[in-house]
Amino acid sequence: MHPILSQLRRLGLYLLAWVPLAALLAYLMDVTGGLTPGESLVLAFPLCLIYAFICLSAYYSCVATPFNRSTISRLVVIHGTGALVASGIWILLGKGLAYSLAKTTSLSSVDQNFARQIPLLLGTGVLFYLLSIDLYYVLMAMDASREAEARALQANVLAREAELRALKAQVNPHFLFNSLNSISALTSSDAPKAREMCILLGDFLRRTLGLGEKSTIPLEEELSLVHSFLAVEKVRFGARILMDENIDKEAMSVPVPPLLLQPLVENAVVHGIAHLVEGGWVRLNVKSSDGLLSVVVENTFDPDAPPRRKGGVGLANVRQRLAARYGNQASFEAKANGDCFRVSITLPAERQARAT
Amino acid sequence: MNQKGKIRVAIVDDEELARQVLCEYLSAHPDVEVVAECANGFEAVKAVVEQRPELVFLDIQMPKLDGFEVLELIGPATAVVFVTAYDSYAIKAFEVHAVDYLLKPVGAERFEAALARARERLAGKLPQPDLPPAELAAAARPPSQYLDRIPVRDGTRVFIVPVSKLDYAEAQDDYVALASEGKKHLKQQTISSLETALDPSRFLRIHRSYIVNLERVARVEPYGKDSHVAVLSNGAQLPVSKSGYARLRAFLDR
Repeated sequence: MHPILSQLRRLGLYLLAWVPLAALLAYLMDVTGGLTPGESLVLAFPLCLIYAFICLSAYYSCVATPFNRSTISRLVVIHGTGALVASGIWILLGKGLAYSLAKTTSLSSVDQNFARQIPLLLGTGVLFYLLSIDLYYVLMAMDASREAEARALQANVLAREAELRALKAQVNPHFLFNSLNSISALTSSDAPKAREMCILLGDFLRRTLGLGEKSTIPLEEELSLVHSFLAVEKVRFGARILMDENIDKEAMSVPVPPLLLQPLVENAVVHGIAHLVEGGWVRLNVKSSDGLLSVVVENTFDPDAPPRRKGGVGLANVRQRLAARYGNQASFEAKANGDCFRVSITLPAERQARAT
Repeated sequence: MNQKGKIRVAIVDDEELARQVLCEYLSAHPDVEVVAECANGFEAVKAVVEQRPELVFLDIQMPKLDGFEVLELIGPATAVVFVTAYDSYAIKAFEVHAVDYLLKPVGAERFEAALARARERLAGKLPQPDLPPAELAAAARPPSQYLDRIPVRDGTRVFIVPVSKLDYAEAQDDYVALASEGKKHLKQQTISSLETALDPSRFLRIHRSYIVNLERVARVEPYGKDSHVAVLSNGAQLPVSKSGYARLRAFLDR
């Protein structure tokens, strides 16, 4: 696409830029002699209008000889030849113009004195042509950098989406291997319980599978994922986990991003309960009001627990996903207070599940 | 191994089912006696000090103290087999330093092999890994993560010194004395290995025998002809070596 011809606004600006050039040409013609100032003006303006359109063709020779990938000598030869040819055509057309002006109006001296103007026209023609070559190279460079920027932005967005998808599909390997170890222990001591745990674990894994592709699920479904996670953890930790839930009835059908609550509860178990010898509690509160869903997960924890070996992936994941999806319409806050750790999030309670 | 022939073993894991698997595998070996089962790090240290087991199966993630902290506190006399579900950094360190470990779920074959190696180590046919516990812990720590607490032991009691409350550390032969809140805790560790485990933007080695918490340095004064002392906010005075002074100046001038 021609950068100037493709937009009417740009063409207008371009032609406007030729007005001072035409005035300059008229002045030079007047100085060269043979023409009155009035004649110079009458001749210079149509001449420049013609040349403005001739110079539009300079774009195509710029496209054919990209600035970065052409040798200097090639650039000089191509554009030098182009400038001479364009000026030549212009002078011929100018001669025609002067001739018809002399025929149709009283400006007969215009045609008679035209030959005196030829060196001037040749010089300005070459100069104007080379100026427009410059203009096109600058425009092309600007376009290229804008495109590169847009591509980089696009790539960034894609990378981010891929990362979020990967994070969503993540099952904590620690959880998986520990559960398998528990099953292995139960096979000899309590075979029915081992079977039960296989089923619980299978149930949890099946629910997490395929969640990565869904944009939202009803809160109810997310809660049942939390329950099947806790069912497995209760076999591992026995009586150490106490769970307390307080969920608004209306909140149950609210669509939420999948794996929103489960990582919060998992964090409460892994970094809270798991470090308490006597066990502890996890409290889950969900409220829906005024188009906002508010979720609070609280748990007891040991402030003197050994440093986390791998910390906060679950929480960081939820925080990033909320921010990426809802921007500042969602909030995320995690805070420790004494031996109680509290994560509270709010997000818009959408009434209708989004189309995926 | 004592002459009565039984190997004394302790099992440390916070999950009962995980301990149960190891007990079951061990029950096939009549010459092995499980003398302690512990569910957290404090219990483990106490049990090792009191029961003197020769071999410990040690989980890494536990309440109170993690497996590496327990190892640091029980010293090198006990053979240790680490047990972990998934910890890529720790596993890499175990591989590099030839430390025995088991992965959960624990398979019988891997278990028997680890037990056989432990027997050889106890019989002196295989050398004990000679890497100091603190350095193994450092190697197993995720990259760019520094120590944020130091466990120390006095008999069967364990103290935790948060590094934010550490004023300075002083080398004393094979030990370091950790000065914190007016007390000094002794720990078997070289000062160099402590230095590498501490965040270099908060702690500085100012002398062959001293590491100082930079937040505590009130001023630096000349001392004698060409040496200096660092005066801490609690009044303690620490010698500063020539190269230590250059490092300290570079920090204070920032």
